[in-house]
Amino acid sequence: MHPFQYLAPTTVKEVVSTLSRYGDRARCLAGGTDVLVQLRGGRFEIDALVDVKGVPELMELRLGADGLHLGAAVPCYRVYESPRVAKAYPGIVDSASIIGGIQIQSRASIGGNLCNASPSADSICSLIVHDAVARIAGPRGNREVEVAGFCVGPGKNVLRKGEFLVSIFVPKPAARFGAAYKRFIPRNEMDIAVAGAGASVTLNAKGKIVAARIALAAVGPTPIVASRAAASLLDREPTPEAFARAGDIAALETHPIDDMRGTADYRVELSRVLTRRTLAVAAERAKGAK
Amino acid sequence: MTTQPKKARVSTTVNGQPVDVLVAPYQSLLEMLREVLGLTGTKEGCNDGNCGACTVSLDGRIVDSCLVLGAEADGKRVDTIEGMARPEGLHPLQQAFLEEAALQCGICTPGFLVAARALLEREPHPSEERIRLWLAGNLCRCTGYDKIVGAVRKAAALDGAGNGRAAG
Ligand SMILES: Cc1cc2nc3c(=O)[nH]c(=O)nc-3n(C[C@H](O)[C@H](O)[C@H](O)COP(=O)(O)OP(=O)(O)OC[C@H]3O[C@@H](n4cnc5c(N)ncnc54)[C@H](O)[C@@H]3O)c2cc1C
Ligand code: FES
Ligand code: FES
Repeated sequence: MHPFQYLAPTTVKEVVSTLSRYGDRARCLAGGTDVLVQLRGGRFEIDALVDVKGVPELMELRLGADGLHLGAAVPCYRVYESPRVAKAYPGIVDSASIIGGIQIQSRASIGGNLCNASPSADSICSLIVHDAVARIAGPRGNREVEVAGFCVGPGKNVLRKGEFLVSIFVPKPAARFGAAYKRFIPRNEMDIAVAGAGASVTLNAKGKIVAARIALAAVGPTPIVASRAAASLLDREPTPEAFARAGDIAALETHPIDDMRGTADYRVELSRVLTRRTLAVAAERAKGAK
Repeated sequence: MTTQPKKARVSTTVNGQPVDVLVAPYQSLLEMLREVLGLTGTKEGCNDGNCGACTVSLDGRIVDSCLVLGAEADGKRVDTIEGMARPEGLHPLQQAFLEEAALQCGICTPGFLVAARALLEREPHPSEERIRLWLAGNLCRCTGYDKIVGAVRKAAALDGAGNGRAAG
């Protein structure tokens, strides 16, 4: 492995100036569960690894009146071990509790999962169906990008030179909102998704669907927003038939490839089934939510 | 090729002892423990986070030490397998692993023990399902897992396995 410096700035400004100085010869280090593996595997060569965990904003986990403020380096366990966060965002917990095993969850962050921009990432679809927003700092100040538009290709995101992810903001869900995420892996735990699906639905007082979001993992170069499938649910009752139809449409919105984890055809089929199943869980949660 | 980056100074507590060391900034915590401090009880299996042989406790949370930099341990508490037994005898989990024959080659054992101890500290009487889930980040190529799960259950049945004796 190419030798690199370890830098541990403590302010957002310092991170930006360090990243600006090193350009693509530096990377951020959150939990390290992707970046250290990639460095060791020779995926890229850097001169500095910038540990962002010393910056207070990146370790903040706060449930405000407006929604959830999730620091970019907060490890997964803090999300599901916080009773208030877990109760308010079970769809995000679905993701945080399946990334790796306990050792990985002690370190791996949702921010790192997002920045790593893997098509199979287990948290990005959950964030998308919650309409989450990435809060970015950079040399020209701060900006916000919807998580749905954050990934631009496998391993590629919208961050420009000197920019980094400070936090993820998840707006407070509407009344009667529910969300869920499921993936398919051949093992019970500790595996990368062959396909995954996140879904959210919002019901009106009469129990009809007034809003829906569906996002699919590992069936395209980036997480796929299945907007036609979601639109098919509007003004409908949350029935198994409606969800099956949405699953059929979602399957048509995928662009999967064949690889060692599964064939493209298999992934299309998985998308159909997982969409249907996550919608059912999301709807149950929506019925339970006030 | 750039010049070798200068070493990072790390002040940490390992198994209750304050330790001051210099590590290369790209060295893992696993390398720091094994190669700099000579604590070879923590094992390297895969060096990429999949096997859990390198499990240690960092500020009370179990981590794969191959996926932590030594430099990150500065100001933190590290607990390894070397801190598990007491002068008066083995930790109940270690005893149960021996009695239940929960190891063969033994490479995975320190990682399983450190991970299982962390579970019993949090949940003194976990179900079998919970034990299997908690230990999913630890791989064993020899035992087939049943004996390991049995040993953890046995230790959990003995009162206080997770209390008092454990440093992490
Ligand atoms: C054994 C194992 C099992 C795994 N299982 C899963 C799984 O089931 N599901 C899954 O989705 N993933 C899995 N992963 C991948 C990984 O754990 C996750 O992607 C994790 O969420 C990454 O978070 P991190 O904090 O460790 O990121 P890091 O490795 O620290 O960073 C990841 C990338 O993002 C960049 N980065 C980090 N923080 C920032 C920031 N604030 N701003 C800009 N860039 C940043 C880094 O430079 C790097 O390129 C697994 C990995 C291992 C080793
Ligand atoms: S050596 Fe660290 S997980 Fe395998
Ligand atoms: S005893 Fe050999 S790997 Fe577990």
